[in-house]
Amino acid sequence: MSFQYLVRRTGTFLLVIVLAVSVNFLIPRLIPGDPIEDRLTQLSATSSGGASIDIAATAAAYRERFGLDKSLVEQYLNYWWDILHLDFGYSLANYPETVGASISAALPWTLGLVGTSTLIAFVIGSLLGGLLAWPRVPRALRGFIPLLMVISAIPYFLLGIILIYVLVIVARAFPAGGAYTFGSTLRFDLNGIADVLRHATLPAASIILAGIGSWALSMRGMMISVLGEDFIKLAHAKGLKQRRIFLWYGMRNSLLPQLTSLALVLGYVVSGSILVEVIFSYPGIGYKLYQAIQSKDYFVVQGIVLILVVSIGFALYVMDLIYPLIDPRIRYQQA
Amino acid sequence: MTTPVLRVQDLHVHYRTAAGPVKAVNGVSFDLAPGERLGLVGESGSGKTTMALALMRMLEQPARIEGGRVLLDGVDLLALSEEQMRRIRFDRLSMVPQGAMNSLNPVMRIRDQMIEIFNAHGRHPDKAERRERIGHLLERVGLKRDVADRYPHELSGGMKQRVCIAMAIALRPQVIIADEPTSALDVVVQRQVMETLGAVQKDLNAAVILVGHDMGLMAQFADRIGVMYAGRLVELAPVRQIFSAPQHPYTQMLIASIPSLEEKRLFKGIPGVAPSLLNPPSGCPFHPRCPAAFAPCPTINPALEETDAGRWVACHLHSEAVLHDSRA
Repeated sequence: MSFQYLVRRTGTFLLVIVLAVSVNFLIPRLIPGDPIEDRLTQLSATSSGGASIDIAATAAAYRERFGLDKSLVEQYLNYWWDILHLDFGYSLANYPETVGASISAALPWTLGLVGTSTLIAFVIGSLLGGLLAWPRVPRALRGFIPLLMVISAIPYFLLGIILIYVLVIVARAFPAGGAYTFGSTLRFDLNGIADVLRHATLPAASIILAGIGSWALSMRGMMISVLGEDFIKLAHAKGLKQRRIFLWYGMRNSLLPQLTSLALVLGYVVSGSILVEVIFSYPGIGYKLYQAIQSKDYFVVQGIVLILVVSIGFALYVMDLIYPLIDPRIRYQQA
Repeated sequence: MTTPVLRVQDLHVHYRTAAGPVKAVNGVSFDLAPGERLGLVGESGSGKTTMALALMRMLEQPARIEGGRVLLDGVDLLALSEEQMRRIRFDRLSMVPQGAMNSLNPVMRIRDQMIEIFNAHGRHPDKAERRERIGHLLERVGLKRDVADRYPHELSGGMKQRVCIAMAIALRPQVIIADEPTSALDVVVQRQVMETLGAVQKDLNAAVILVGHDMGLMAQFADRIGVMYAGRLVELAPVRQIFSAPQHPYTQMLIASIPSLEEKRLFKGIPGVAPSLLNPPSGCPFHPRCPAAFAPCPTINPALEETDAGRWVACHLHSEAVLHDSRA
């Protein structure tokens, strides 16, 4: 890997981060109205007895407390300072919990559930798609193609609801929600892990089932065009074994575009799979984001969006760095 | 004549389509002597490439070999199991591919693409020996040894085709099928590549079947030329005689269509189009385009007969029996 390539990609990544942070800073400030005054008005209107508080004075005090009385440039610099110290402020809904603590409590659950199931869906889907395009595969397997199209057309949250109905309400085989049995404490022993896995099965299944279809279909399309290439013909002529041609000629070349999509999707993993997490009340980032939006918890929303943008940028950055190892043709390209 | 290394007998290949079988190769027979260079020419759609693929048993659906025999050293390739055939490919019957540009796997180094040939056929398990052999093969086709560590995209078209030739001779095959090996290259590189192919072929004493439609290239390279028309071999003769005294009217028109440097004349083509292989014309498939067609042509399909020693032609004009009958 050339040094120049590394510098260029790193530069692009840093630029994306700077832009993301700036936009994230600006957008809430472009919204008309003052969040503190709004909040206080709301509080005084709902509080019983109508205790009279001086809204204007209180708001000014809070503004000073949060540094909102300073100029936009100063606020912007402060924002950078806080972010570099991983300080995303306080959660409005669950004050005095910090946004950082709130996110770091939810993130492991999401990474474990959504990350793992995305990878599983990718591996199974790509393999299946490759096999579906391979001419020497039993015809019966082709029957999967329409089935995959149907499954990939069903939204994963709908799939989740169906799974809940069949396996939780009718068969009573799995818990309906949560990440572990309610009321129990999380332990790292065999029972604890089994309990976590049991709770993760259904949400994971809905993500995997919904993912397999689209991974398989796109892989199948790539594989069909790769199998038409001249180097496949020569591979047969060389007397190579079928398995080698399938894996090293077919799959290896078809996987390249799939991996780009995988990097993007993995970047999105951090945002969680909002609907699945909501349906299964799974305490991940997606559920957290949903709650935050419901309770107008701006700082949490802002924090999650920032982490999302940064992680997508990071996933693509990592992909850019390892792509030359996967596809030697990329190495010297000046892009 | 020495025992032929490859005998093709009455080979039939059909493409199964909804409208019926397309007879792409329709009863082709020829023998190939060890070390011989046979050129197969014909228009697009005359069945040349289909036949080349059929010899390697590499046809894909909907093409199927419907009949005939392909004897390599007396063993019928068409009767072998898929695994037995796999072992023969490249080991005894190898191929230089048509599309030089895309015939190498873009994500593998040349060395690995050569090593896998040895692995697939259980040859040269020793690492140092393998390395030496690959270096030697590359030098033999006029490349440097370090080309082995390159990826295909780092090579020019001519270099890629040389790599393909080096791979094709890696296991010292008896027969090499070269299907338009230079069609993607410019004229200068074409010549160099053909010279390389010729040189390694001589070293190995391997027989070569060169498929193409470039008559000039054929004239320079081949010992014998077979002319294909509508899935059949219509003439087979030593290269000098094909050019100096072609017998089949189609061959005559084909030779006449080659532009000449000495003579200034209008460029001549062959009027009409290649016949449909789905519903070939009755009798001789060339008769609708043939200027010399006469009584038996629309009804009887002439067989490939030996007219002089080593000269074979499928035409009623040269068939003693039919000429005699029609005069009577």
